[in-house]
Amino acid sequence: MRQLYILIQKEFIQIFRNPLLPKLIIIFPIMVMLVMPWVTTMDVRNVGVTIIDEDCSSLSRHIISDIRAAEYFSLNDNVKTHNEALTLLEDCKVDAIVLIPRHFERDLLSQDPQKLDISANAVNATKGMLGSQYLILTIGSTLSNYNNHLTAAKTSDLIVIQNRFNPTLNYRHLMIPALMIMLLILICGFLSAINIVSEKENGTIEQINVTPIGKVTFILAKLIPFWFIGLFVVSIAMIVAWAVYDLSPTGSLGSIYLATILFILGFSGFGVSVANLSDNIQQTMFVMFFFIIIFVLLSGLLTPISSMPEWAQNFTTILPPRYYIDIMRAVYLKGSTIADLWPNFVALGVFVIVFNALAAFTYKKQS
Amino acid sequence: MSAIVVENISKSFGKTKALDNISFNVKRGELFGLIGPDGAGKTTLFRLLTTLYTPDSGRASVDGFDIVNQYRSIRERVGYMPGQFSLYQDLTVEENLNFFAALFDSNLKNSYDLIAPIYRQIEPFKNRKAGKLSGGMKQKLALSCALIHHPSILFLDEPTTGVDAVSRNEFWDMLSDLKNRGITILVSTPYMDEASRCNRIALCNEGRIMRIDTPDNIVATFDSALYAIKADNMYQLLLSARNQPGITNCYPFGETHHLVVDNNFDIDSFKTAHADIKGFDIMPMRPTIEDMFIKLMRQ
Repeated sequence: MRQLYILIQKEFIQIFRNPLLPKLIIIFPIMVMLVMPWVTTMDVRNVGVTIIDEDCSSLSRHIISDIRAAEYFSLNDNVKTHNEALTLLEDCKVDAIVLIPRHFERDLLSQDPQKLDISANAVNATKGMLGSQYLILTIGSTLSNYNNHLTAAKTSDLIVIQNRFNPTLNYRHLMIPALMIMLLILICGFLSAINIVSEKENGTIEQINVTPIGKVTFILAKLIPFWFIGLFVVSIAMIVAWAVYDLSPTGSLGSIYLATILFILGFSGFGVSVANLSDNIQQTMFVMFFFIIIFVLLSGLLTPISSMPEWAQNFTTILPPRYYIDIMRAVYLKGSTIADLWPNFVALGVFVIVFNALAAFTYKKQS
Repeated sequence: MSAIVVENISKSFGKTKALDNISFNVKRGELFGLIGPDGAGKTTLFRLLTTLYTPDSGRASVDGFDIVNQYRSIRERVGYMPGQFSLYQDLTVEENLNFFAALFDSNLKNSYDLIAPIYRQIEPFKNRKAGKLSGGMKQKLALSCALIHHPSILFLDEPTTGVDAVSRNEFWDMLSDLKNRGITILVSTPYMDEASRCNRIALCNEGRIMRIDTPDNIVATFDSALYAIKADNMYQLLLSARNQPGITNCYPFGETHHLVVDNNFDIDSFKTAHADIKGFDIMPMRPTIEDMFIKLMRQ
């Protein structure tokens, strides 16, 4: 135990003496929490729209003013002809064109109404699709309001939408709990792996290996500081989420910390295994980057797992981040408890055992 | 009982045979030198004896403990100074010493007497980071750290490589002191001139030991006559000397060429043959370890 204490003390001296690391540990979670939620949003905003009004009726003016009022669009008024608008679309100056045809209002209730035309730039499929959907919704409500003048039935009131758990449909509330995993992956997995392998690269591990220090003691001393730093960093991130976005967990802090501890334990074991199997920092970096890309893209952090193809969905079951992200979102937004989420906790527990067994197995003092 | 016993040890890395059936003994309290060029297998042997490697075949014991089965006991009682500086560069001199002392459940105070002659020279810099020390100071710190737990056997892998001549001399004086305190020392060096500071030496090359004896005995077994020759144009001299009769070998040696000759050699006719070479001179030479090494390598 004394040896472990001595080794951990040495690690902390080295970490705090590092010119970069202590600053990184404070700044990194704050930056991730302040910047990432704004940029990883799937909300489509500022859809550039231009409207060619060939009708010039009171209805078309209503449509234009409603589009101008909607928060999703930025309206480009300076276009007169459809061709001119199409050129702008090609140059990516606008994202969608609305063409209101001649006699649109006059023929609206006739047997053969004129068709309103929306052309959207679908290079970015999400923006194209959502942009035109928003336009349809906005124009649809204008039309139904207009129809209500003429008929008695209020069709729009027949459907009531209730957004449970995230009432304002705020995408940031989905991202913030999940983004905390980025901090843990980088600090507990990446940094600890690099720390271990740099002892190999500097040759210091050779001096340690001829001492009576056991391999478990040595590895534990490497990891424990990063476990504490990981918990510290997640706490900072939660404080920032609360202070800046007014988002605090609906469920208990206990379940968040339990999940965090399990994830940290498992993932640092993974980092150690990578470090054990590589000879230098370059190899470690490359392997860790490879896995981080897989974790980020396949864990449901950015895109819902349920919309992936089935083989990819099956694959995600072996990725620890998936379970952690699930837990964080459910506890933060729905207030789920450990009892609700026990399969996820069990899965994280299994990863802790598997990765740490792998770490112990791959660490060699002799060859 | 011998401090180190090595019996028929072999170790390969892939197709490279780093050690090929090596055997030797080091007596207790002996300063034993492994002399050989880079690639002779010295570092591999050190790593085997300090239990970092396991041998492919053969057995070895250090302080009576088997290097494979009882490696834990060996780690308790040996000090190892690897060829590459491997202390923590971002810790200070004092922190490094305290750290390694603590790993052996000891402390700087307990070991101060033993390391004092060495440590006192770097003590003024005890709050300096190890990475900022000069080469000679790093070497003294590394030796202090290797001694901090009162080891009975010291393994020093090329401790004087990259150190200036004065510091090298000082370092060997320190080793003699430690030897007098009863510590067995196994030291390797590529510098043949350091061999005379050892009690016994093993000349190694390409994973084999060519000869083990005291430095004096090794030199005494050099049974050919040896001359040093020089001239203004050394390269021309080397070429022409090699073509003379009765020459076993001729090789550059510092400022002169060494000339190993057999019974057919006649010094007068050699002198006549080189009379027209500017600045030519020849004198008899006492053989050194290096001459012996070169001779053994040719066999």
